[in-house]
Amino acid sequence: MDTFIGLEYNIWWFLLLGAVVTGYAILDGFDIGVGAIHLFLGNRENRKIAINAIGPVWDGNEVWLVITGGVLFAAFPPVYATLFSGLYIPLMLFLVMIIFRAVSIEFRGKEPMVWWQQTWDIAFSVASIIMALALGMVLGNVLQGLPIDETGEFTHKTDFNFINPFSLLTGVTTLGLFMLHGALYLGMKTEGKLYDQLGLIIKNSTVFFILAALLLSFYTLLYVPHLTDQIKEQEWMFFLPVVLVLLMANIPRQVSKRNYGYAFISSTGVISALLVIGAVGLFPSMLHSTIDPAYSLTLYNASASEKSLGIMLTIAMIAVPLVAIYTGFVFWTFRGKVKIDEHSY
Amino acid sequence: MDTEILARIQFAFTVAFHYIYPPLSIGLGVILIIMEGMYLKTKKELYHKMTRFWVKIFALIFGIGVATGIVMEFEFGTNWATYSRYVGDIFGSALAAEGLFAFALESGFLGVLLFGWNRVSPVVHFISTIGVAFGSMFSAVWIVVANSWQQTPAGFKIVGEGLNQKAEITDFWAMVFNPSSVDRLSHVIIGAFLAGAFLVLSVNAYYILKGKFLEIAKPAFKIALVVAMISSLAQLFTGHNSADGVAENQPAKLAAFEGHYPKSEVADLYLFGWVDHKSKEVVGIKIPKGLTFLIHQDFTTPVKGLDAFPEDEIPTQVNAVFQFYHLMVAIGMLLIGLSLFAGFLWWRGKLFQFRWLMWVFVWAVFLPQIANQVGWFAAEMGRQPWVVYGLLKTSDALSQAVTANQVLFSLILFFFVYLLLFLLFIYLLNKKIQHGPYDEKMEDQRPHQTASVPDFN
Repeated sequence: MDTFIGLEYNIWWFLLLGAVVTGYAILDGFDIGVGAIHLFLGNRENRKIAINAIGPVWDGNEVWLVITGGVLFAAFPPVYATLFSGLYIPLMLFLVMIIFRAVSIEFRGKEPMVWWQQTWDIAFSVASIIMALALGMVLGNVLQGLPIDETGEFTHKTDFNFINPFSLLTGVTTLGLFMLHGALYLGMKTEGKLYDQLGLIIKNSTVFFILAALLLSFYTLLYVPHLTDQIKEQEWMFFLPVVLVLLMANIPRQVSKRNYGYAFISSTGVISALLVIGAVGLFPSMLHSTIDPAYSLTLYNASASEKSLGIMLTIAMIAVPLVAIYTGFVFWTFRGKVKIDEHSY
Repeated sequence: MDTEILARIQFAFTVAFHYIYPPLSIGLGVILIIMEGMYLKTKKELYHKMTRFWVKIFALIFGIGVATGIVMEFEFGTNWATYSRYVGDIFGSALAAEGLFAFALESGFLGVLLFGWNRVSPVVHFISTIGVAFGSMFSAVWIVVANSWQQTPAGFKIVGEGLNQKAEITDFWAMVFNPSSVDRLSHVIIGAFLAGAFLVLSVNAYYILKGKFLEIAKPAFKIALVVAMISSLAQLFTGHNSADGVAENQPAKLAAFEGHYPKSEVADLYLFGWVDHKSKEVVGIKIPKGLTFLIHQDFTTPVKGLDAFPEDEIPTQVNAVFQFYHLMVAIGMLLIGLSLFAGFLWWRGKLFQFRWLMWVFVWAVFLPQIANQVGWFAAEMGRQPWVVYGLLKTSDALSQAVTANQVLFSLILFFFVYLLLFLLFIYLLNKKIQHGPYDEKMEDQRPHQTASVPDFN
């Protein structure tokens, strides 16, 4: 493999993939979270404000999903193929729910009847919750490992083996984290009645997330040893969980002072830290084989050819900054508190 | 039903639904450039209103195109895992380039297009319109390049054995400019121009019939008519070049287009007909030796027929390929006739005097859509049984880990959610059309936000 600034191409792509996955989780995470807490927001006015808080950005956030899919396909075709065909049901559910949710957001405010808005409210919220759970379960299965045979193919042909204790835990943890992340985003973007109610929702989702995360941590230590090996072997890496705990502890501290902006930055940090710990735990594997670790798809044996990675790196170096600038521009343009007007959802 | 046929149905269904939208985006993009260019040139408010109206419709279409496009991007991996491993080195880079370049350009400038009317100068806004239009075209470039590589692979080498066999890229530009990509890309883009032009024609013909917004509807109709006339004529050339390319690179597909069976005989050209695959005969109206003439410009050169190929290397649905191809050609001719006839009336100063013609244009919005769909059907079914021509068969490209039940389950889910999405599209489009190109206030389209400092303390 050729190198670029001292790192091999496939390491670069591992890092880039991690970056776009993290970017996607941070961005779509808060709008999925806003959807997940949607039914707990009380009256219609609050719900309307909440939907409009994500209005200008939710579809832009999904650009990161497109990029994630493209990067995975281009840089690690075998991983893309094995993962997507192996976790068929949760991924298909996730895709259907993306569309269903978009439909709900668009339809919701178009007719004045109460039953109409309530139906779409429920649709929007349920779709968001399923999206969070499905994403978390996919992640859980990736972290725990999959039954991959010597050909790099998924072996068990059962429809529901993606549901297991660990993936349920990661699903619920993801849901809790997104709810918290979304509630903090609303704290940043709203005022008035909804703003005053957020304290309780944030408290509940914090407790929910911490309980789920603790259970997940214990389960990992007891039953998924291969994830903790890296950190055990290299003691300096222990700073990662420390950073995670500090970031998490900072959230209630900032919320009590109503510094929702800083709290949101902290929850962004929590998402990033969790994904970094996951990536470190897997490294150099991308899909760990539960049959025999030797069958695992790693960033060395499952990457595209050197030539292809080089071409792609050139493309990425040009395009990634552009995407980042655009995202920043949109968020800057729509900074500040939400105001409802005749163009709102 | 086995997994293969279900997966193929699912791909056909999701990609056909997706393909309603991108051609409209590409076609509308070009028309938006013309409209806004007219506004900058003439400074007339009517062009400003016209542009603003079509930008809103563009945004709606773009949004649905993106949502359904994400599904396509994931479906290669979920349903066609073996294919994804085989072509990932090549197909993946084209797809990622599309995501990073075209998509970023389009999404980035779309924000300015929609919400920037009061925030940026008219010239910057016009540049954004050009950016969005080109972004949507670049999307088509990468996707058609990827598909053309499936039809006429180039710039690669095969490595590995058996299950681990895959194509590796050796020459990026040879892959991009493979033998069919330029012909097919021009054909697809012009087809998209037609789709966009006929949508604008349809909506404005409706306004003219209703006597609404006439001072905006009539010039907009004329702009779209110019695009339709030029594009429908240009489509003759791109179509001819594409067919020549098929004759050269995919002779079995060409033979299926015309139901031509004899191993090596002079071939006829059918206007329409019916292929009986068992008796290897076509019943219909034909121009004797027409196909030979079109390809070789003489009446004596033989054309390779389907019998020249092994039975397992020709399309299984010859009649379907034949019908789709002929329907596309027939609609193409119809569009030329319709556009030129309207152009002739315009020249005589009688364009808006015939109510029946306006009704024809109201319904003609479906013609380019149908032609685009059946054109793709002919191209893709004519490629069968290969998924990568001559290298990998469709039946070998499936996901090994996926069961028929899983595909059926997701197919049913997608059917209902797409039905809902389509109803939403029609509902919103209708709402926008009924509302018309007048907006009371020059406002941004999204919730207005007060520009305050983020509350970090």
